[in-house]
Amino acid sequence: MTRLLRYTALRLAALFFTVVVGVYITVLIANMGGYVDEIRRGQIRETIVLTASANEEFRKLPEAERNAIIEERVAIQEQRYGLDQPFVIRSFRYLSNALTLNLGFAEGLTSDSGSRLVKNIILERLPSTLVLFGTANLLLFFVSLFLGLSLSRRYGSFFDKLVLALAPTSAAPGWFYGLFLILIFAGLLHLLPFGGMVSAPPPDNPIDYALSLLKHMILPVTATLVSAIFLTIYNWRTFFLIYASEDYVEMAKAKGLPDGMIERRYVLRPTLPNIITSFALLLITLWTGAIILETVFNWPGIGQLYFKAIGIYDTPVILANTVVYAYLLAITVFLLDFVYALVDPRVRVGEGSQGR
Amino acid sequence: MSRVKSFFTQIRRYPSAVVGMVIIFLLLAVSIITPILIPYSEAVRLWRGGEEIWAEYPRNAWPVWYNWFSSTDLPNTIVFNSGQGDGVQSRESLSADTTELHFTFEFDFPYDEFPPELILFAKANYEVKQPFLEMTWFTPDGREIRIGEFSPGASSSFRFSQDSRLQRRLERETGIDGVSAEQGLFDDPAQEGLQPLNGTYRLEISALLFEEDSNVDVTFVSYGLVHGLAGTDHRRRDLMLALLWGTPIAMAFGLLAALGTTVTTMSIAAIGVWFGGWLDALIQRMTEVNAIIPLLPILIMVGTFYSRSIWLMLGLVVLLSIFGLSIKNYRAIFLQVRELPYIDAARSYGASNMRIIFRYMIPRLLPLIIPQIVTLVPTFVFIEASLAVLGLGDPILPTWGKIIQDANSQGALFNGFYYWILEPAVLLMLAGLGFAMVGFALDRIFNPRLREL
Repeated sequence: MTRLLRYTALRLAALFFTVVVGVYITVLIANMGGYVDEIRRGQIRETIVLTASANEEFRKLPEAERNAIIEERVAIQEQRYGLDQPFVIRSFRYLSNALTLNLGFAEGLTSDSGSRLVKNIILERLPSTLVLFGTANLLLFFVSLFLGLSLSRRYGSFFDKLVLALAPTSAAPGWFYGLFLILIFAGLLHLLPFGGMVSAPPPDNPIDYALSLLKHMILPVTATLVSAIFLTIYNWRTFFLIYASEDYVEMAKAKGLPDGMIERRYVLRPTLPNIITSFALLLITLWTGAIILETVFNWPGIGQLYFKAIGIYDTPVILANTVVYAYLLAITVFLLDFVYALVDPRVRVGEGSQGR
Repeated sequence: MSRVKSFFTQIRRYPSAVVGMVIIFLLLAVSIITPILIPYSEAVRLWRGGEEIWAEYPRNAWPVWYNWFSSTDLPNTIVFNSGQGDGVQSRESLSADTTELHFTFEFDFPYDEFPPELILFAKANYEVKQPFLEMTWFTPDGREIRIGEFSPGASSSFRFSQDSRLQRRLERETGIDGVSAEQGLFDDPAQEGLQPLNGTYRLEISALLFEEDSNVDVTFVSYGLVHGLAGTDHRRRDLMLALLWGTPIAMAFGLLAALGTTVTTMSIAAIGVWFGGWLDALIQRMTEVNAIIPLLPILIMVGTFYSRSIWLMLGLVVLLSIFGLSIKNYRAIFLQVRELPYIDAARSYGASNMRIIFRYMIPRLLPLIIPQIVTLVPTFVFIEASLAVLGLGDPILPTWGKIIQDANSQGALFNGFYYWILEPAVLLMLAGLGFAMVGFALDRIFNPRLREL
């Protein structure tokens, strides 16, 4: 147990370091050549000129004096935002702000509760994203694991060949299948909603709310599943087949152990770490695909927030969202690392690289 | 040569791969032919040139092949351009200054639906006094309907449905309130409700010119509900152009990105394994950091803040994928390759580090790499489409993704313009499936261990 704790703590520290570096790179890219600072400066000047010229007294002043006042106010404001410091120092300040999601106010977007704090906007939308992708990914994991196992038992059968033939369909991302699903089930058959998370107005009764949520989730979850499931099943089935031809499996068969037990103890158990690694890789690609899936399905998560923020050039929101994605990826990697440590007795603490 | 031949005999055993090869071949052929037939500048002009280029195309029209599957026959676009000598024209001098021009446009209307729009474009040249146009409509059953009159400027148009006097006249004629000009002019009075009357219609336009050098050209357009092989979008542009030009762009993006990322990633993995030590450790850590940096969000950020050029995006995709997670896989294999005797042999004859890496280690992995590259192509084709769907497509070039984005933002699925989404989607699907099917087969051919499974 202590071994596990130490491993976890070490991995957590390593990952945190990774996140810091990752976010720093993000900040550098976002502010490539001080571009964002320029936008900021322009905005500061514009707001100050606007507020000043709304003032009657101010307009009566001679021009030189007016300019002097504006310059002075701009300087104060720029100092407040730290724009007068050299970029290296500023970049570290941005880093710490970004890591704590302390990114100030959105330029155009507001949260549903009316807050303009970037943090609030994002935190409000995070649960919807987590609900959708948590469900989709868990379903994907267990369904493909189960089907992969059962296909490895019957390889060469019709279903096996079908999955093999369908595996190339995973070349397309979820949102792509989403378009077709919307066309069929919402456009032609009118069975399911075109998009959104709950029907409008949202039902008051929690049970109705949950049902409405479920109804809206069917299409996006199906789209995610369709886009990944055949390839995943195919990969895992191949995996199980390779491991099922190991000598110790033959040995177990020779001993006359029941099939179920052979599968659980001799095939599934040793392949589990590999399966988890491959699932982690899959999750990372799915997370990125989520941005567009949410946009296509009008799902009020952080992916759709991206879409909205791009539309109105809301810099802080875009930056914060990127950071949140970095966090989500890190958490995904960490959780899977943790599970990996649980299932793989070979994990030795202090070794950076994983089992391989 | 014999190797190529044996490759083809092997691949023939996989029917899906043959289908995939055919698809890839067709896509590549389109990619080569399109830029030759429609040069880049011409494509940009046709796609972004402005209203007058696509003024004679209908808005949101289905592709013509829709008629083959549907029981109702949707109207085609009918265009008469007097400047190009369409229809019957006559000229009569009434006095020294005044001339009367007469245009007769006669056309057959065998369709089951009303045209969505009727517009008369007129281009007149005059010095002081504008010409005067008068239009009369003759239906197949011999009725005569006065449409109206107007005085065209240098470039003006008469939209039939926006003339309220014509509408009132047609309401009286058909006895139906709120009937539009298009419905009223084509309606069959013998039938209940609105039903287009089939037969030959005639539009007569007489133009009075009040100056000696004055002249007028008229173009009558009866817009259709179907247009071309691909249909049109909300701005009347022919989708065919975007579908055709989207192909070379998608192919170039997918192939270059797949090739670029795979080659660089593999080289880095090989260098790391060969030199080992801190370099290897650094590469490993970079890979882990890179896994945390989300690719699409970074592309979105750059697209929003700096430039949406497709080539910049391509460069970024390659750059951000250099330290991709596949380094870990390559590394595991290179670690085994490093210990093989032939590497020792190379070292003993004094081969340089670079020679060993690029001439001995990397070629060893080529069988693994080729299927990898082919399977990766669709991923990048879809990344380009994804960016376009988010509104970050290349600002100038028409691409498949941009069609989907236009369609999505115009509510194409909701409004029932299915062709608009289906056409680019099917092309994307074909590209994806084609490369994936070939990649899968190649994987099995090059990695015999998979072949039995």
